[in-house]
Amino acid sequence: MSIMNRVGDWITGSQIWGSIFRHGAPKDRRTRAMVVLTNVFLHLHPVAVRKSGIKLSFTWCMGGLTFFLFLVETISGVLLMFYYRPVVEYAYTDIQGLRAHVTLGLLREIHRWGAHAMVIAIWLHMMRVFLTGSYKPPREFNWGVGVILLVLTLLLSFTGYLLPWDQLAMWAITVGSNMARATPVLGNEGPGAAFLTIGGAPIIHAGSDARFGLLAGTFVGENALLRFYVLHCVAIPLAVSVLIAVHFWRIRKDGGISGPL
Amino acid sequence: MLAESGSMQGLIDLIFSPSVIFLGSSAILAAYLTFRRALARPTAAVFAFFIFTAIYIWLCTAIKDHDGRLIALFPDNFPITLMLYSTFSLAWLGLWKAVQNDDRVARGEPLIEAGADDKVFTWPDLVYTELICMVVATAAITVWAIVLKAPLEPPANPMDIPNPSKAPWYFLGLQELLVYFDPWIAGVLLPGFIIVGLIAVPYIDKNPKGNGYYTFSERPLAISLFYFGFLIMWVVLIMLGTFLRGPNWNFFAPGHQWDPHQSAALLNINVSDIFWIKLLGGGLPSNFVIREMPGIVLLAVYFILIPVALARTLFARLFRQMGFVRYAIFMVLFMTTALVPIKMIFRWTINLKYIVGITEYFFNV
Repeated sequence: MSIMNRVGDWITGSQIWGSIFRHGAPKDRRTRAMVVLTNVFLHLHPVAVRKSGIKLSFTWCMGGLTFFLFLVETISGVLLMFYYRPVVEYAYTDIQGLRAHVTLGLLREIHRWGAHAMVIAIWLHMMRVFLTGSYKPPREFNWGVGVILLVLTLLLSFTGYLLPWDQLAMWAITVGSNMARATPVLGNEGPGAAFLTIGGAPIIHAGSDARFGLLAGTFVGENALLRFYVLHCVAIPLAVSVLIAVHFWRIRKDGGISGPL
Repeated sequence: MLAESGSMQGLIDLIFSPSVIFLGSSAILAAYLTFRRALARPTAAVFAFFIFTAIYIWLCTAIKDHDGRLIALFPDNFPITLMLYSTFSLAWLGLWKAVQNDDRVARGEPLIEAGADDKVFTWPDLVYTELICMVVATAAITVWAIVLKAPLEPPANPMDIPNPSKAPWYFLGLQELLVYFDPWIAGVLLPGFIIVGLIAVPYIDKNPKGNGYYTFSERPLAISLFYFGFLIMWVVLIMLGTFLRGPNWNFFAPGHQWDPHQSAALLNINVSDIFWIKLLGGGLPSNFVIREMPGIVLLAVYFILIPVALARTLFARLFRQMGFVRYAIFMVLFMTTALVPIKMIFRWTINLKYIVGITEYFFNV
């Protein structure tokens, strides 16, 4: 028996190893089932899957890729938060500093391109699920969860777009958030808003409408920057995390990757 | 400048207009779906790939204007290229597999995805595929991050409004719709309907066939509608909004300078103008309800009478399958979606501005 095997046996035979992994290496049917059942991350998978379902030409791996990109965005985003202050005075210069002074300054590139790739991947995932009819019973509810996740992904990307605080950011968000002004009833220039008055004074005006709620102001300024930062870094990622857990859980409970009935 | 290139530029101007691009790509999609057994073959797909690539490279290089070139070669717009290629090639792959499956069903053979009992363990078969995908994705993102720098423009300046001001690229299809609809429809109602409509899909689509495998013949309406909605009304409009819309959101065919002073002299008219002034030869009534009555009647006919007529003719089988409530919801979504290309066509042909234009209350359709 070689020295490596001895060391290996000593490690896997120790109490520490045994306390973490409750079974041997996944080499037979029992341990291969155990490895999925006893691992909190792997147990989102079923123990066994349809052979035709895991073919790349069937799933295109787009759902998995979207989730992986979400992890990439989370990790690179947390690192970016160390270098970035969401106030008008510093936001832009912090991004400049990130580019000029931080070793291996690829963080922002990875974060931005990963975000774009995530948007594309989630659209393609939706297309695959539609074309294979995988939203049909029993997966109707999970399709709806997926649609919400898609919307949240776009909102994540949209809120992040403002944070560099350059011309591109400010005017793209201005164009996008101007739409909220036209929300029916709740927007200052939306149909129906003019009927909401108290004693002749309008309830919905530029300082109280849906756009004001989104930007915390009547223009894209420092309040909007803080609001988008909190939405981007905390609120939406939390919602997405919860819904991803529901989404994966339901895939498993609804019979795993779809296939002919 | 224009006289030199002569008829070639004239031809390009003719092809590259919003109407020809939208209707042309819709016609290509319709032909592709109709003749899918010939056109979805890999050889035809490779041929289409090269034609598309040639047009695309030419499109990116033919933008003569400095600003336009910056936008076409802007790193932040590289994802659009990625999206176009991945979307079109995967849309093709889905159709090709559907054609193969439909042929198998016609011959009485099992589906590509058949064999539900041949299960494999998640470990190692699935986790290894996932690991390989993760490694490939990590490598791709890293290379992408090294090659292309994330854009950083001059600091935000509320006094300096860029022209054109564009939304992030994935919303440019919606921004394009602002040409044809007021913001409350293009920016609020239609996105809301897209979200609600997508969530409603499994509850509306009662067709039990095609669950879990690629097919076209077993659900032609659903697949055609999805391809049209996603590929034409979302992806093609994004491409149009990115490469062909310049200052003041004017349309610039390839080869033209992005002139911020180019005037787009268009006298857009409302249905009320057509009815009261052109047809009756009088003036507009002062009461806006009476003034807009022709448009309101048109919309009522469109949203109520046409669905009823369809339920008795073309969609008779669909109506029986769905029942009243599902059919009503489907029709609200379907007719609203159809209103988008219909209004676009009326804008291109008779310069229609509003069907119902109650500008007093921002209620313009």
